Amino acid sequence: MKLSGAEIFIECLKAENVDTIFGYPGGAVLFLYDELYKAEARGDIRHILARHEQGAVHGAEGYAKSTDKPGVAIVTSGPGATNAVTGIADAYMDSVPLVVITGQVPLGLIGKDSFQEIDIVGITRPCVKHNFLVTSIEDIAPTMKKAFHIAMSGRPGPVLVDIPKDLTNPDVDKIEFNYPKELKMRSYQPTIKGNKKQIRTALKMIAEAKKPILYAGGGVVSAKAHKELTEFGQAFNFPVTNTLMGLGTYPSNDKQYIGMLGMHGTFEANRTMHHADLIICIGARFDDRVTGDLNKFSPNAKVIHIDIDPASISKNINAHNPIVGDVKEVLNSLFDIMKEEKIKPNKSAFDAWWKEIKEWQSVNCLAYDQDDKIIKAQYVVEKLWEVTNGDSYVASDVGQHQMFAAQYYKFNKPNRWINSGGLGTMGFGLPAAMGVQLAHPEEVVSVVTGDGSIQMCIQELGTCKQYDLPLNIINLNNGYLGMVRQWQEFFYEERYAMTYNQSLPDFVKLAEAYGHVGARIEKPADVEGALREAIKDTKRLHFLDFVVEEQGNVYPMIPAGYGHNEMYLNKQDAIDDMNGKK
Amino acid sequence: MFKTQKEEKQIRSRHILSLLMENETGALSRVSGLFSQRGYNIESLTVAPTDDPTLSRMTLVTKGNDASVEQIVKQLNKLIDIVKVMELSDYSHIEREIMFVKVAATNMESCASIKRMADIFRANVIDVKNKMYTIEITGRPDKLDGFLETMEEHKIIEVVRSGAMGITRGSNALKV
Ligand SMILES: Cc1ncc(C[n+]2csc(CCOP(=O)(O)OP(=O)(O)O)c2C)c(N)n1
Repeated sequence: MKLSGAEIFIECLKAENVDTIFGYPGGAVLFLYDELYKAEARGDIRHILARHEQGAVHGAEGYAKSTDKPGVAIVTSGPGATNAVTGIADAYMDSVPLVVITGQVPLGLIGKDSFQEIDIVGITRPCVKHNFLVTSIEDIAPTMKKAFHIAMSGRPGPVLVDIPKDLTNPDVDKIEFNYPKELKMRSYQPTIKGNKKQIRTALKMIAEAKKPILYAGGGVVSAKAHKELTEFGQAFNFPVTNTLMGLGTYPSNDKQYIGMLGMHGTFEANRTMHHADLIICIGARFDDRVTGDLNKFSPNAKVIHIDIDPASISKNINAHNPIVGDVKEVLNSLFDIMKEEKIKPNKSAFDAWWKEIKEWQSVNCLAYDQDDKIIKAQYVVEKLWEVTNGDSYVASDVGQHQMFAAQYYKFNKPNRWINSGGLGTMGFGLPAAMGVQLAHPEEVVSVVTGDGSIQMCIQELGTCKQYDLPLNIINLNNGYLGMVRQWQEFFYEERYAMTYNQSLPDFVKLAEAYGHVGARIEKPADVEGALREAIKDTKRLHFLDFVVEEQGNVYPMIPAGYGHNEMYLNKQDAIDDMNGKK
Repeated sequence: MFKTQKEEKQIRSRHILSLLMENETGALSRVSGLFSQRGYNIESLTVAPTDDPTLSRMTLVTKGNDASVEQIVKQLNKLIDIVKVMELSDYSHIEREIMFVKVAATNMESCASIKRMADIFRANVIDVKNKMYTIEITGRPDKLDGFLETMEEHKIIEVVRSGAMGITRGSNALKV
């Protein structure tokens, strides 16, 4: 039977087992929506209508980040496509597997500045893993096959497929549908298995180390290698730190876990990194928010770097032993070699090192005082963690609240912490949480956000109503663009340029206007109760507007360009440092 | 890569890269886009299809220190349309560039001097019209630079250079 381009598109989605697609309609995708309408009626595919294309793409990201499936989004040409760009760039920076379909004006109108024509393939080229402009109906199926394959394999990432409208029109052409079973691309063959020789060398380096640190990032989430990571860490009694993207890959209630590292990481994680003689980096990329000043970074360490992306290795920090491969495969062959060669780690080899680390831990860098008057943001997150038994999915936006969530919500499982690490996209949290809730209807999903960020995609409250998504929105309302204000306080002599959030809406009324439950919490004593009530209600979305300390800061902090041994632990450190500079 | 001032002082040597890529629309802009996004420089770039029409061969000349060129090669390999990358400068290789120069001869003497120089450099005069000499010359890029220098005493009207292309000597080859 011959199918139209639009019908072929649906068959491709079915062949890839896509059950949920996020999107927003428009002229160039009308034929595709016509078939989506029928597919939904048949119960094949569910379409989630966001309220803005950015929300649709973040929704697909949340869906992908919390499952092992790709996220799929569809938007129209022109403004639909440009609105999707932030989400695509976000997925690119955080290696989220996405397939984004954009409608394009008909082939004959391309290049003529036609209505709603934009070169989205050109615009997104620097922020996709790959993209395609489909130029014939015959190419739709093979291109979709490639798109899913590229998005999901190797280092995952977003792939955009731009489909001109006429290719989907049943009156223009119909062809036989054939979905390619196998796909061989001579130009794309990611390395999966690690080099055995290098792995043996790694074991030798470990045997010689006195002060190792295991540093694991988002690559461990992508590779689903959290079990292997934990086994590896425990077998050798390594201190383990996670990046912002890697939270949950190593259980944070384990005694070897020393917290997140980097700009707002723990004192102990950063000190351990600084004084280490061996860094075992797994699925992380020595991002500048992790390393601070490269010239001061961990001066005495040798580096073993395991990553599926060769370009991430020796980009910022030179690796003495680069191991390219899927981190799960690499760790498993490391275990095999250990068995073959009967390597039994000496559990007390690092006792002296642990003694040093315990000293740093005793600083208790995340301690804070909660009085009975003004709510501390940290306290709200800590209570959320308690009330949800550490088992909620937590999506966050970008700012101080994000760092508080990363510091005080102690994740023990991967895929639960859904945040925008690489791009740092305010507005990510709420739509991403929708995607998570749609993928996990029975689970508790919370959004930790701020009064600035939440307003960037607030329209998605409508989507949450339409699909009955019972999110718990934890708005840490400090009345400021807090993270930026913090920098202004430290580095711009407290000139708070444009960081006071004037004319904030009444969030309670706003939530109610969208049909949700809203509450404003002003006293520390009411925090826990409000959280419990929201979490107990599995039917409705609760928007909890917590009025928190206005000018609180995130500590510890390594200012940009500082070394890991130059942290601020509190306001006094910052003041001393600034006085020192004067 | 964009450099801090300190790094700028490190040795940046010339590297010549050979690429095989899918002959797809957009493949060239992916490569050139990569260089501008990541602050790598391109001294020259030539590209054309090969005997296999689905493949294009590119020769790209860039300057950088060893670490930055290693990073460039990795980033190129990461592009989905790139099939293979080879750093020609790591191998014994041959490099050539073609150049057309149009010079205006002001008098009889300069006509003779242009022809003499062309002979010395084994260049060919391929067109003469209204005292305009068009010369074709092939060779290593530094030879072309040398020829241009000698032409400076005349009036250079136009210069067209192809950019370098290269191939390995002997049995090494860049192919799929
Ligand atoms: C889209 C976007 N614009 C601007 C920024 C810069 N930025 C980073 S954090 C921040 C403040 C966030 O304020 P809020 O959401 O209220 O959170 P808080 O820091 O107060 O917890 C801003 C403006 C950004 N990350 N993303």
